[in-house]
Amino acid sequence: IHCRHERMIPWPQAAHNPNLHLDPPLKKEEERRVRANDREYNERFQYASNCIVTSKYNVLTFLPVNLFEQFQEVANTYFLFLLILQLIPQISSLPWFTTIVPLALVLSITAVKDATDDYFRHKSDNQVNNRQSQVLIPGSLQNEKWMNVRVGDIIKLENNQFVAADLLLLSSSEPHGLCYIETAELDGETNMKVRQSVPVTSALGDSNNLATFDGEVVCEPPNNKLDRFSGTLYWRDCKCVLTNQNMLLRGCVLRNTEACYGLVIFAGPDTKLMQNSGRTKFKRTSIDCLMNTLVLWIFCFLVCMGVILAVGNAVWEKEVGSLFQSYLPWDPPVDNFMFSAFLSFWSYIIILNTVVPISLYVSVEVIRLGHSYFINWDRQMFCSQCLTAAEARTTTLNEELGQVEYIFSDKTGTLTQNIMSFNKCSINGQVYGEITDPLEPKLDFTAFNPLADPEFCFYDAGLLESVKVGEPRTHDFFRLLSLCHTVMSEEKSEGELLYKAQSPDEGALVTAARNFGFVFRSRTPGTITVSELGRPVTYSLLAILDFNNIRKRMSVIVRDPQGRIRLYCKGADTLLMERLHAGSQDLMNVTSDHLNEFAGDGLRTLALASRELTEEQWEDWAESHRAADTAADLREERLAAAYEQIEQHMTLLGATAIEDKLQEGVPETIAILSLANIKIWVLTGDKQETAVNIGYSCKMLTDDMGEVFIVNGHTVQSVRQELRSVYLTLYFIVHACLTLWITAFALVISGHSLAHALEADMEAELLMTACACKAVICCRVTPMQKALVVELIKKHKKAVTLAIGDGANDVSMIKSAHIGVGISGQEGIQAVLASDYSFAQFRFLQRLLLVHGRWSYLRMCRFLCYFFYKNFAFTMVHFWFGFFCGFSAQTVYDQYFITLYNILYTSLPVLAMGIFDQDVPDRRSLEYPKLYEPGQLNLLFNKREFFICISQGIYTSLVLFFVPYAVLSHASQDTAEPLADYQTFAVTTATALVIVVSVQIALDTGYWTIINHVFVWGSLGLFFSIMLAMHSQTLFSSSPNQFHFVGSAQSTLLQPVVWLTIALATVICIVPVLAFRFLKLDLKPQLSDTVRYTQLVRQKKRKAVCFRARGGSRRSGYAFAHQEGFGELITSGKNMRLSSLALASFASRHSSSWIDTLRKKKHSHAPTPPGAASAKPL
Amino acid sequence: MSKEENTANRPDNTAFTQQRLPAWQPMLSAGIVIPGFVIIGVAFIGIGVALFVTSQNIQVLEKDYTGIETNSSCFKCTNPRVKNCNCTINFSLDKLFEGPVFVYYGLSNYFQNYRKYGASKDAAQLTGDLAYFTEPSTSCVPYQRDAKNKPIVPCGSIANSMFNDTFKLFQIVNSGNVAVPLDGKGIAWWTDYNIKYRNPTTNPLKNAFNDTVKPIFWPRPAYELDTTNAANNGFINQDFLVWMRRSALPNFRKLYRRITEGEYAKGLPAGDYALVIGYNYPVKAFDGRKKVVFSNVSWMGGKNQFLGIAYLVIGSLCVVMSIVMLIVYAKFKFPDEE
Repeated sequence: IHCRHERMIPWPQAAHNPNLHLDPPLKKEEERRVRANDREYNERFQYASNCIVTSKYNVLTFLPVNLFEQFQEVANTYFLFLLILQLIPQISSLPWFTTIVPLALVLSITAVKDATDDYFRHKSDNQVNNRQSQVLIPGSLQNEKWMNVRVGDIIKLENNQFVAADLLLLSSSEPHGLCYIETAELDGETNMKVRQSVPVTSALGDSNNLATFDGEVVCEPPNNKLDRFSGTLYWRDCKCVLTNQNMLLRGCVLRNTEACYGLVIFAGPDTKLMQNSGRTKFKRTSIDCLMNTLVLWIFCFLVCMGVILAVGNAVWEKEVGSLFQSYLPWDPPVDNFMFSAFLSFWSYIIILNTVVPISLYVSVEVIRLGHSYFINWDRQMFCSQCLTAAEARTTTLNEELGQVEYIFSDKTGTLTQNIMSFNKCSINGQVYGEITDPLEPKLDFTAFNPLADPEFCFYDAGLLESVKVGEPRTHDFFRLLSLCHTVMSEEKSEGELLYKAQSPDEGALVTAARNFGFVFRSRTPGTITVSELGRPVTYSLLAILDFNNIRKRMSVIVRDPQGRIRLYCKGADTLLMERLHAGSQDLMNVTSDHLNEFAGDGLRTLALASRELTEEQWEDWAESHRAADTAADLREERLAAAYEQIEQHMTLLGATAIEDKLQEGVPETIAILSLANIKIWVLTGDKQETAVNIGYSCKMLTDDMGEVFIVNGHTVQSVRQELRSVYLTLYFIVHACLTLWITAFALVISGHSLAHALEADMEAELLMTACACKAVICCRVTPMQKALVVELIKKHKKAVTLAIGDGANDVSMIKSAHIGVGISGQEGIQAVLASDYSFAQFRFLQRLLLVHGRWSYLRMCRFLCYFFYKNFAFTMVHFWFGFFCGFSAQTVYDQYFITLYNILYTSLPVLAMGIFDQDVPDRRSLEYPKLYEPGQLNLLFNKREFFICISQGIYTSLVLFFVPYAVLSHASQDTAEPLADYQTFAVTTATALVIVVSVQIALDTGYWTIINHVFVWGSLGLFFSIMLAMHSQTLFSSSPNQFHFVGSAQSTLLQPVVWLTIALATVICIVPVLAFRFLKLDLKPQLSDTVRYTQLVRQKKRKAVCFRARGGSRRSGYAFAHQEGFGELITSGKNMRLSSLALASFASRHSSSWIDTLRKKKHSHAPTPPGAASAKPL
Repeated sequence: MSKEENTANRPDNTAFTQQRLPAWQPMLSAGIVIPGFVIIGVAFIGIGVALFVTSQNIQVLEKDYTGIETNSSCFKCTNPRVKNCNCTINFSLDKLFEGPVFVYYGLSNYFQNYRKYGASKDAAQLTGDLAYFTEPSTSCVPYQRDAKNKPIVPCGSIANSMFNDTFKLFQIVNSGNVAVPLDGKGIAWWTDYNIKYRNPTTNPLKNAFNDTVKPIFWPRPAYELDTTNAANNGFINQDFLVWMRRSALPNFRKLYRRITEGEYAKGLPAGDYALVIGYNYPVKAFDGRKKVVFSNVSWMGGKNQFLGIAYLVIGSLCVVMSIVMLIVYAKFKFPDEE
């Protein structure tokens, strides 16, 4: 990276502002001063350059920094300490290589992993830093790499380019200094946002004028608040206030704007994007924590054993050793038994350290890495539509996936696709769109209508027929849909229409009208051009009666070419029905039934109505509307009243039903996950109705639920009261109906209530109530609240939580949950970047948890049990031997065996088990979700299991020492040489140990793949061949001092008594385990045993997981979720591509007001808390 | 191009990546476990009986000669001031002690397995490398050099503490004592004799030991260990090799001689015997015991009651266990799927 490289460019002296004197660079930036086109001035402040460094090392620093980091791990330091102990000759009971070989192995594996990670970071840094941008260097545009862009530079951005740094928008190719940006990478919102430059600079226009621009910006220091910015621009004599509305942030993409110019305010690490991407918290799994506790316990145990043996040594030296000095004199420095005991303590610490095996951590990492690869490789988690495979972005959390108890899910983009499809409609009492034959092909509109959208799906030919025969109601219905909206159209070439809708449901409605022959072609502020059954018709648009949250409807008033004035209205059925002409009661009833039916299917409904207006009525109303519009105070209320006035006596046209398309397989996944005892909470920024609607359509809420409680109080008292009453009701019902049936309940709580409920004093009540309910839906919540809810459960329930989402508003929740899952394949990648796992579809969650998570947990637990067992069996033999060798820290085994036992002889079979083991096949884990429960209850590896496995280890070590002891002390070879010599004893014990632990791993392995076979048999083979090699003549003659055991293996292993001893020890170790397991299987079988058993005897009874169809329930399925204010935007003409200059003058008349009005409305209706990214609309 | 991308992103469909490797999935079913237990049990009982019977047929004769008791003939030798002390132990055999008979010496409460004791030798020196004659390894301290700073060869505690009692066996017959020939050849491990321990190639051997001193406790230097057989000297002396192969446990026996020659090759006939002991090795200081053991061997080595009994016990337990499991299995049959 050449970041430090300074470009020496002669820089023209820019005119200095004499009023501003230069401050010396401050330690902590309190405010930022940037002068345009004056690098020299800006350099005094030493602002960060635009070079981004996320990598940790370079070639030179890698070794020292990485080693330093690794030795911060307690385990590594501990082993380093052991190594130092081993270098002290008085203590060294084992040669130094027994520790350094495994330590070096562990360190180098970790180092290689770190180096690879860092290499990829370097690569991505380089890629980003070398992106090209056009910088105004002295006075002319030059291509420059991103990393060479400085604060104070002026950059030219073109359409679809990424913004290189945080810029102050100076001017744009669009009128009024407007430009459009997409902030998907920043906050996940895919809709476009408008930014406008301050008027003084927007007039500057292009690069020629900007080259002389020398304004100075004084603003806040770098921070991570995405939605606010405050600063002031001083230029010439004017002083302009700068807000977030003037800023283009790094990570945004310029859209629909030919070009724009910006002044770099924050660069590189100071940009809001980078400030937000702070170091992610390092997540640890509960097994990790348990493991650390256990290692600490083991360490204490080790010290205890050391003390016992040291005391033994003191006693022995005093009672026996002192008398034995004629043959074994004490070392000159060791002249008393106390000192000898002290040395013996450390010697035993060295010998017994293998109870805390160094290879444990690295093996655990290897296993997790393997599991992560299995997740990445899983084809059943590959989305073929978006060609995205699942990705385990964190490799350290896999087994936690098998213990999840709570899932917090975002709605939009996670449960739903955020795609609305026009599914059904009711026109004049007639329902269209019922699917009678599932195999029926979708309608082909191209023959009927060349402008049709080929991707539109509709299956009911009856509706098309009705259009074709010219049913006037049907025509009116679609005419309304093509006129009453705020969609913008773009016609790139003839017939190739592109709709830009504020909300996807509006887009779906207009697209439906388009396909049925009422094609919305274009609009101007005063007209709408529609192609009606191929005939172009231009309506003049008289008024847009805009949508807001209270009105829940919108209307347009248009004049058709014949001069008739009509009002078209669409909105929530409940509100619209009240405003209908009294005469159509029958139609209302029929349509109302249809609406209920639609809502029952989980569809989002709208009722449509129209009204004929006479010229006089229009004139009158226009007058009162104008009056309300220009009113100085209470403008909102007056406008609402004016709208109310005209939206009366309407005729019902029908109703539409839009399907908020769920992601594939969502209801099934939710059903399976709840069968697995996982509680699912939906946290959404969406409206209550929409959230509840989705709750029903994805079967979280069902009609057989006892009650759906809704908490949406605005004050502390009301929320408390509501929560209490819910809890009391629950308590009452549960206690009263115990004999009948336990009904499930659901809780719906809104964001403003949640704000109060999450206060410390109400937390407990919320928790109690929410946990008593089967389903919890939180709507209208801010990203911060999402995180708070997760924290609440984490804090009080001690349960593993998983958060899943797709947008930037889910990032906080994803980061605070134990496991964060991001939905990939969408446009925003913030969530994926913050997540631990990512995949394309919600339904993959069931496979991730029930298959991969369960297996990971199972494998990790089995691995840990066995690992502790084998090390205790190995190490404790030394302890028993201590009592027979004067507590002298004499090892039982050959030093090479000690070195290689954990690395070579026993590591691979258990690794193979830890990576490949399966108790039941993946199909079965999905079929029997209950199999997931042991993980949640933490049954497979806990303190109890740990004690069982170390007890087994200690028992094994006892057998392994005392059986050879009893046999060999009196045995002799068939040539009469006694077998009780140290080397024979060592070889016998070591062989018995390797055989016993191999048999044990063979018992523990439930899934013998070829790899397991190779590893188990290979390890045994390796043990014998290495032992024979180590005890061979060749090695001995090369270094007689290192290979004392020459000939021992050959001589020992030829003795039948030795083999009889090994067989005896093996049987004594294994038979009780076998008997215990068999009896347990018989008397207390686990579900997995049963499943496995049935699998074995091929009683394949497929339990069909069927889902009951749900009856209808009366809900408002009102679907209208876009921001208000766009009606005004359209009539002002602001957001249209102003290709026709004629419109420009019209637009400029209103220019001062519309943006301000829009902003005001936003603030008054949807206040977003500071610090949180604004909630995503729908 | 798009097809390529398609295949590039899509994970491979192999049995390995999809975790569908063909596998054997054993289960502890009654059909395997119960017969398995029976087979193990029966096999162990069979082996146990064979071992027990074999072991019963092995004759062992142990004689403690430490001389703790005042009435023991070796009592006089326990006084460290008495040099070249001989004592005799008499015993009689009432039936033939079948040959070949092996003579062992046994030591108790003797910690050859002490860590520092075991490390106190110089393996390179013992391979006959003359460089280590002049510079013995520091692991031999305090038996690396003598008071005059001369290197000790062989150095270290093990060599220094070599057992040096001698035994002579006589059969007491009417005509007097008949010496039973004791054969000291091939009592050490083959690898020890041929690989691990080598004499320097210097001829005569004595010259190799110039400028070195014998271990402090030794009466004679290494090249004069066996005065009767010149080839049995230096580091390949059989008694030295046997001693250097240190024992794993504090009570141990080491092979001293075999009785394989002449008329005693078939065994020691019934009769009276006298064992004449050259008592040199003090053990009383640390409460040690010395004994001499006569034994014959079978295919499974020396007498070993424990092994046979252990096999019988474990075998019977397996059989009992299999019956218990059968009962449990019959009573609580593995539940079929509900």
